[in-house]
Amino acid sequence: MTAPARVPAGAIRRRHRRRVDPLLLVFLAPAAVIYLWFVLWPTVQAVHYSLTDWDGISAGYTNVGLDNYTNLLTNDSVFAKAVGNSFKFMLTVVIGQTVLSLLLALMLVRNSRTSVALRALFFFPTILSSVSVAFIWTFIYDPTFGLANRLLAGVGLQSLQQPWLGDQQLAIYYLAIAQIWFHTGQMMVVFIAGLQQIPEELYDAAAIDGAGRWQQFSQVTFPLVRPATMIVVAYTTIQSFKAFDLIIASTGGGPNYATEILSTLIYTSAFRNFEMGYAAAQSVIFVVLIAVITVLQRRAVALASGGGDR
Amino acid sequence: MSVGETVPGRRRRRDLTELPRWIVLAIYAVLIVVPLAVVVFTALKTTTQMYADPFGLPTDPTMSNFTELLGGDRLGRSLANSAIVTVVSVSATLLLTSLASFAIVRLGGRAGTVIYVLFALGLAVPAQVAMIPQYVIFRQLGLTNSLLGLILINIAVTCSVAIFILTGFFQTLPKELFEAAEVDGASNWHIFWQIALPISAPSVAAVAIFLFVMHWNDLLYPLLFITDPEKATLPKALLDFKGEYSTNYPMLFAGVIIASIPMVVAYVFLQRWFVAGMTAGSLKG
Repeated sequence: MTAPARVPAGAIRRRHRRRVDPLLLVFLAPAAVIYLWFVLWPTVQAVHYSLTDWDGISAGYTNVGLDNYTNLLTNDSVFAKAVGNSFKFMLTVVIGQTVLSLLLALMLVRNSRTSVALRALFFFPTILSSVSVAFIWTFIYDPTFGLANRLLAGVGLQSLQQPWLGDQQLAIYYLAIAQIWFHTGQMMVVFIAGLQQIPEELYDAAAIDGAGRWQQFSQVTFPLVRPATMIVVAYTTIQSFKAFDLIIASTGGGPNYATEILSTLIYTSAFRNFEMGYAAAQSVIFVVLIAVITVLQRRAVALASGGGDR
Repeated sequence: MSVGETVPGRRRRRDLTELPRWIVLAIYAVLIVVPLAVVVFTALKTTTQMYADPFGLPTDPTMSNFTELLGGDRLGRSLANSAIVTVVSVSATLLLTSLASFAIVRLGGRAGTVIYVLFALGLAVPAQVAMIPQYVIFRQLGLTNSLLGLILINIAVTCSVAIFILTGFFQTLPKELFEAAEVDGASNWHIFWQIALPISAPSVAAVAIFLFVMHWNDLLYPLLFITDPEKATLPKALLDFKGEYSTNYPMLFAGVIIASIPMVVAYVFLQRWFVAGMTAGSLKG
């Protein structure tokens, strides 16, 4: 279960050098064929389509070189808006979800009966479908009979009532809240697993050295939970950047592109507006952005840990 | 001060003080429970009742939303579609990827690494990139509006993550185990079924649950490939409903409940496995 067992010496295996058993290739073939045909090859083709003006329906199309890319990057305000929204949504979810799931994990790390029950409850939304979560939150945000406005009225704050998902400035953040509600429990479990690996003795030692609660957290817990934090931040970043179902099923990207993010825009361009070539170019930029985010994230983590222990 | 000496309050110092802790936990519990309770209560009301009192308990609970959805063959059909697609996709993916992972580990060396990296590439490809050419390929092959098409695409897109997790597991198994069996004259076929697969049952189960949740809840591929309501899976049928009933929340929520019941039942009985599966998926995905 732990470290892979080291084979002491390669001598024995060397001498009986195995010939490749053809049966192993038979084992590989079905998965490889399906994967290459329906994932890898389409990915390569996406790059090809991105250089064309294909509408997705006609038989023919012309090669337009990098026109799609220059259009996207220089004069497409909807695309710019979707990129902006993608980052707003991602940053809100990453910060909110990471902080909240760490906080809950710290509170539930002890194995009491209540802790176990609350963990199960908090994890629960994760098993719902995005469509279900989208319906729940559009109901909460409904301007006329929604839970949010009713609640505000109930505590005498009618002045704060609003058409939540109709707000062009803030709707994307309200959807981010729904996403946080959806997946915080899943990330909490990752943190709990990380926290449970910190040996109790370290806290005892810190306490003997006179460390207060905050010092124990900043000197012991936080550095040691860093691997879990890296996992949570990395996963949440990509998960929220790629969010699709939740937005399609709640607002469809509206109103007026207020909640349009890259993944939904690609879908709309390709399958609603029939601009396959243009959508393919958007999707290539989407991959590039994800790659850049991943690299930057690695850099940031390396910087934050000061090239120290990890 | 000797180590054995009692330091006042040194135990459990990492816990936050109790009162704020309980307040935060209670608030979060309310934030989870209330929306879920509202879903159940609303599903038991008629539209009129909902408009009159959106958040009250259902005074005169009715099952009419459920019977209408299931009886009208609307959701009944998609329930069956979802079950077929999910069960076949999960079983086929598990079979194909555990065979492939076993082969990758058994091949080892440069060939094993190259094949592994090729599959791992899929982890970096977002669905939205491949979906346009996938749609074209599916149309050419006549796989749109077909459950088989959904099953194929499900297998294809989850190959990478499943192989990633399973090779990771097979690699931790001592090589001597396989070699000893080989010396005894067992073929790879037997080694796979009688040694590798039984030992890796926990990992396979974790992957199975991850795939199960993912396929049952998937919206993207049914949205892309299915236009015929007869072939819709539950999430797609629910979304079509929303277009149709727009603010008939009692009906929508009855649909949400029907779509969630299999997951909820499985979660209640297999909770530990669920958490293991979903975190394995999140860590490796």
